[in-house]
Amino acid sequence: MSDHAIAAPLNWRAPTNEARPVKAVLIAVAMLFLGVFLLIPLLVVFVEALSAGLPAFLNGLSDPDTVSAIWLTLLVAAISVPANLVFGIAAAWAIAKYEFRGKTMLITLIDLPFSVSPVIAGLIYVVLFGSHGYLGPWLKAHDIQIIFAFPAIVLATTFVTFPFVARELIPLMQEQGTQDEEAAVSLGASGLQVFLRVTLPNVKWALMYGVLLCNARAMGEFGAVSVVSGKVRGQTNTMPLQIEILYNDYQWVAAFAVASLLALLALLTLIVKSALEWRYGHELSNGHR
Amino acid sequence: MTALAKIPRASDYTNAGPSIIPAFAGSREREHSMNVTIENLVKDFGETPALHGVSLEIAGGELIALLGPSGSGKTTLLRLIAGLDFPTSGRVLFGNEDASSKSVQDRNVGFVFQSYALFRHMTVFDNLAFGLRVRPRATRPSETVIRERVMSLLDLVQLSGLEKRFPGQLSGGQRQRVAFARALAIEPRILLLDEPFGALDAKVRKELRRWLREIHDRTGHTTVFVTHDQEEALELADRVVVMSQGRIEQVGSADDIYDRPATPFVFDFIGDSSALPVMIDNGSVRFDNRVIAIDAQGQPNGAATLFFRPNHIRLSREGEEGRSIVGTVSGSRRLGDARRLELEIDGQHRFEIDVPADTDFPRKARVAIQPTSWRLYPAQKVV
Repeated sequence: MSDHAIAAPLNWRAPTNEARPVKAVLIAVAMLFLGVFLLIPLLVVFVEALSAGLPAFLNGLSDPDTVSAIWLTLLVAAISVPANLVFGIAAAWAIAKYEFRGKTMLITLIDLPFSVSPVIAGLIYVVLFGSHGYLGPWLKAHDIQIIFAFPAIVLATTFVTFPFVARELIPLMQEQGTQDEEAAVSLGASGLQVFLRVTLPNVKWALMYGVLLCNARAMGEFGAVSVVSGKVRGQTNTMPLQIEILYNDYQWVAAFAVASLLALLALLTLIVKSALEWRYGHELSNGHR
Repeated sequence: MTALAKIPRASDYTNAGPSIIPAFAGSREREHSMNVTIENLVKDFGETPALHGVSLEIAGGELIALLGPSGSGKTTLLRLIAGLDFPTSGRVLFGNEDASSKSVQDRNVGFVFQSYALFRHMTVFDNLAFGLRVRPRATRPSETVIRERVMSLLDLVQLSGLEKRFPGQLSGGQRQRVAFARALAIEPRILLLDEPFGALDAKVRKELRRWLREIHDRTGHTTVFVTHDQEEALELADRVVVMSQGRIEQVGSADDIYDRPATPFVFDFIGDSSALPVMIDNGSVRFDNRVIAIDAQGQPNGAATLFFRPNHIRLSREGEEGRSIVGTVSGSRRLGDARRLELEIDGQHRFEIDVPADTDFPRKARVAIQPTSWRLYPAQKVV
C-alpha cells in the first residue's frame, strides 16, 4: 500500500480532464470546422480578387458605381452606429440602474433584431413606407422618398444593428450596480458629471467593443438592406449589394475585389476587437473590487 | 478660491503625547461637529416597512454605531440620513436645518460605502480630488489647493506615496482608507460609514478600528457607522444604537448596553446569554416548581423570562439546591480561560454556564447554580 502513496495512481486523472483521444478529437473537430468554413473561404476571397493581377483588382474597385457603393456604406454606418450608440447607452442605463414595469419586455425587445430574419426587418419598412404601404400615400403627397432610397437603408441597418451596443453594456452595468454613482453623487457631483466622469469611463471598453461589432454588422448587412434599397446602381447600392450585382454580372474579379475590401474591414475589426479585449480584460482585473 | 479647513497631519497626532486627543482638538471647527436629529423616520419598501418611526438625537462630534442583525434597518437609516433614499415620513435635521428636502449633493455628507465604491478608472489622487473638482466654478478650489488638500488627506490616512496607484492595486485596508479620505475631502458636515470594516479580515479590522477612533478624535466629525459586529460597536462608539426589525431597541454606552439591556432582544443579541421561562409570584421567582433565590426586580405576577450570562453565575453551596437552577451536563467545551458547560433541564430547557477550566464535570452530572446578575422581562416579549 505505502509504495503507492507518492505517485498518482496509474488511471488517475483530474476530474475535469478528458481522456487523451477525446481531447485530440475535440480540438481536431474545432480546427477542421474553422478551417473549412472560415479560413479557406476567406483565403479564396483574396485569391480570387487578385487572380487577374493587381491592375484588374484596382480597376474593379475604381468603377464609379463601386466607389459610390463604398461611400454609401460608410455613410450609412456613420449614421446608424452613433444612433445605436445613443440608444444602447440609454437602454443599458435604464435597465441596469432602474427598476420599472416592462423592464423584462424591454430586454426581450432589444434582442428582437437578433431573432428576426433581416428580410422581415426590410419588409416591415416596405409595408410602412412603400407606395402601397400605410404611410406611402402621405409620403408621396409630400414628396418624401424613404423606401428605395437612402433613408430606408439607414433605417433597415439601424434596426438590424440595434442590439449590439446595448447587449454589450447591460451585463457589465448590471454587475457594476449603482454604488459608484451613489458615491459620486454623495461627493456632490451633478447628474451629467456622474455620467461623464464615472458611468461612461466605467464602461468605455465594453462600449467600444459594442460599437465595433455594431459597425462591422452595419457595413456587412445584406438581407434587410437588399429589400429596401431598390438596388439602383451608383445610388442605393451598398457594398454587399454591389458585390452580389457584380457577381451576377459575371464580373468575378470586380466582385471579389469589393468582397476582399469588405473582408479586410471585418479582419480589421477583429484585430481591433482582440486588442481591446486584451486591454479591457486587463482593465477589469485591475479595477475590480 | 475658497479656503479649506486645516487637516491635522500625522505628526500633529504623534507629537500630541500620551493623550489620544491632540492639543488642537479643542479648536475643532463647529462645522465639523454638526448635531443630527432624526424625527420619527418611517421607510416602506413596497409592502414591508423597513423602518417604523425611528427617532434619535446625535450630538455634534459624537461617534455613533448602528448595531443590529441584517434586516434590522440600520443601513436603511444610514442611507436616509445621507439622502440616498427618501423617507416615507419623518424628518432629518442637520443642526437646526431640515435636510429632508435637500438632495444628496446639497447635504454635504461624507459617505463611505461597504464595498468602498472607489472609481476604478481613477488614481487614488483623482479619487480624493473628485469631490472638489466637481464643485461649481464659484466654490471650486484651484488645482494647487486641491493638490495640497489631497496630499494632506493622504498623510492623514497614512497612504502618502500611493497617490498614483489605481484602486485595483491596493489592499483591502488601503482601499478602505482611500474611501474614507475621499469622503473627508469634501469637508462633510457628518460622516456616514456603512459596514466600514465588513470586507476586511479580522486582523486588519482591529487595526483599522483603532485607526478610525484616532482619526475621529482628531477631526471631530459627527460620525455614524453601521455594523453587525457587536465587538466593533461596543469598542469603537461613544454610544451604540441597537436596532431590530426596523426599530431602535436601545441607545446607550457600551456599559448600558452590556450591563443594563433594555429589552430581551438586546440581552440576547449582545454577548452570550441563556433564557429560561419563569413565573413571578408575589416578588419571588419560580422555576421548575421551586422558588429560586433571586430577586424579582419588581416584575408583576405572571409569566416572565429570566436572562443571565454564562459567567454571571456561581455554583450553589450545600443546602442551597432547593432554591437553585438545577440542570444536567449535556456538553462541555473549552472557551478561552473558562470551560463552558451546556446544561439541560428535563430535556426541555437549555442553558450555559462558565466554570473554571481546571474543574471537571462529567456528562450527566447534576449541577445547581445561582445567577449572580440577571434580568427579568415580561414573557410575551421573548424573541
